[in-house]
Amino acid sequence: MTYLVGSGLTAYGRHEGQTTLDLMSQASAQALNDAGLARGDIDGLICGYSTTLPHLMLATVFAEHFGIQPHYAHTLQMGGATGMGLVMLARQLVLSGAAKRILVVGGENRMTGQSRDSAIQVLAQVGHPTYEVPLGATIPAYYGLVASRYMHTFGSTERDFSALAVLMREHAARHPGAQFSKPITEDEVLASRPIATPLKMLDCCSVADGGCAVVISADPLGDHPIKISGASQQHNAQHISAMTTLSDFGAGRCTQRALADAGRRLDEVEYAAIYDSFTITLTMLLEEIGLAPRGQAGHLAREGHFGLNGKVPLNLHGGLLSYGHCGVAGAMAHLAETHLQMTGRAGARQARQAGVSLLHADGGVLSSHVSVVLEAV
Amino acid sequence: MSETLDWTRGGTALHCQQCPSCHHLWYFERDFCPACGHTEPTTRQASGGGVVHATTLVHRAPSDEFRAIVPYQMVLVDMAEGFRVMGHAQPGVAIGDAVHCEVRQIAGRAVPYFLKDDHVA
Repeated sequence: MTYLVGSGLTAYGRHEGQTTLDLMSQASAQALNDAGLARGDIDGLICGYSTTLPHLMLATVFAEHFGIQPHYAHTLQMGGATGMGLVMLARQLVLSGAAKRILVVGGENRMTGQSRDSAIQVLAQVGHPTYEVPLGATIPAYYGLVASRYMHTFGSTERDFSALAVLMREHAARHPGAQFSKPITEDEVLASRPIATPLKMLDCCSVADGGCAVVISADPLGDHPIKISGASQQHNAQHISAMTTLSDFGAGRCTQRALADAGRRLDEVEYAAIYDSFTITLTMLLEEIGLAPRGQAGHLAREGHFGLNGKVPLNLHGGLLSYGHCGVAGAMAHLAETHLQMTGRAGARQARQAGVSLLHADGGVLSSHVSVVLEAV
Repeated sequence: MSETLDWTRGGTALHCQQCPSCHHLWYFERDFCPACGHTEPTTRQASGGGVVHATTLVHRAPSDEFRAIVPYQMVLVDMAEGFRVMGHAQPGVAIGDAVHCEVRQIAGRAVPYFLKDDHVA
């Protein structure tokens, strides 16, 4: 068995003057403290990329900066799925015996470390460099295309999408570290500035500065261990022009395999942490995974199904849409919040029951998928 | 611009590739079949006709070149031969519309541009 024994999460938003290494360091120090470990206890380090600190060897750069000399270290790149990919990899490394106590970290000054155009252009590179990017495509444009087809196929409406933005904002209001905490209404989402139809500004996550780290261990160390009981990936295609269908990106199969790995069923899931780069992303993932019937995610959100007191509380920190998105650490915030929820330390945000938890993230344009199942010790 | 070169190589044609062995057909150019590995795929010019699969009207452009033409209509089109193309389109096209492709200069580069079949230029 493998355990997540500590987590650290900075506030997301504007951290003027803070670098990638600063943000990674802050989150890592918090995670070690949470686990009750010292730097010398760490024998493995895996981290995500940073768009503001592109480097061939970021993990070793960070190890030197933070002050550790691990037996095993490197960087992983899976776009938005990197955080969950790191958790799966750390588990594999622990199970293989390559390392016993692994620091997993992501952080980036994505908001203040570059211009907005630069961030948009870098992210658009997940599209095809010859056949897609030169057309003036952006990440919201790729997702706008996917959303138009989804609405056509499954009958979802722009108002249905907006209900998920409203829910994430409601959740973020209970977290002091969230980038956006002012309540919004469905009408405000619908009236927000168009970005790439049908997506409007409040359907899209913004960019933030921030960092997140966890410690993954072979033993249930410290006061807050939880079990990593299942994990799986699925990669259908990188580019939406090359996807055989825009109705099945592989999230469902990925999750089914992760649950099977854990010996669990979907109806046993008590807490969900699902990637929400756009309202359409969250809609598609919830519905493809089966946490909502097709076309019903917005309706269930409106009914309170995914709320603090709902049947399956979802992203209680506010998700990428409202807690914020700083790259690799974006989805890792879902993980840190799940850890707090599962160990009863979420304060005003505490769900009544958060035992079996399902996490899912995607990278690219629903290109790479990683699912992780966590359980109480 | 050459009529027979693909738009990605400075021409006005839209090419697809097919495997002479397993008959798999695809869009992104390679020198092998991604289904069976055959190393002599054929390259041919597509008819240009297709049906709109997905649409978005882009208001937030990635750069100054594209900012000059916002909002612009982008589409995914299912081509008659059986491959999918991302391109620009005349404003107002909808999913299910029959369209045809012509390569146009947009924001200083060649781009597949789709017009509705009933469109009168």
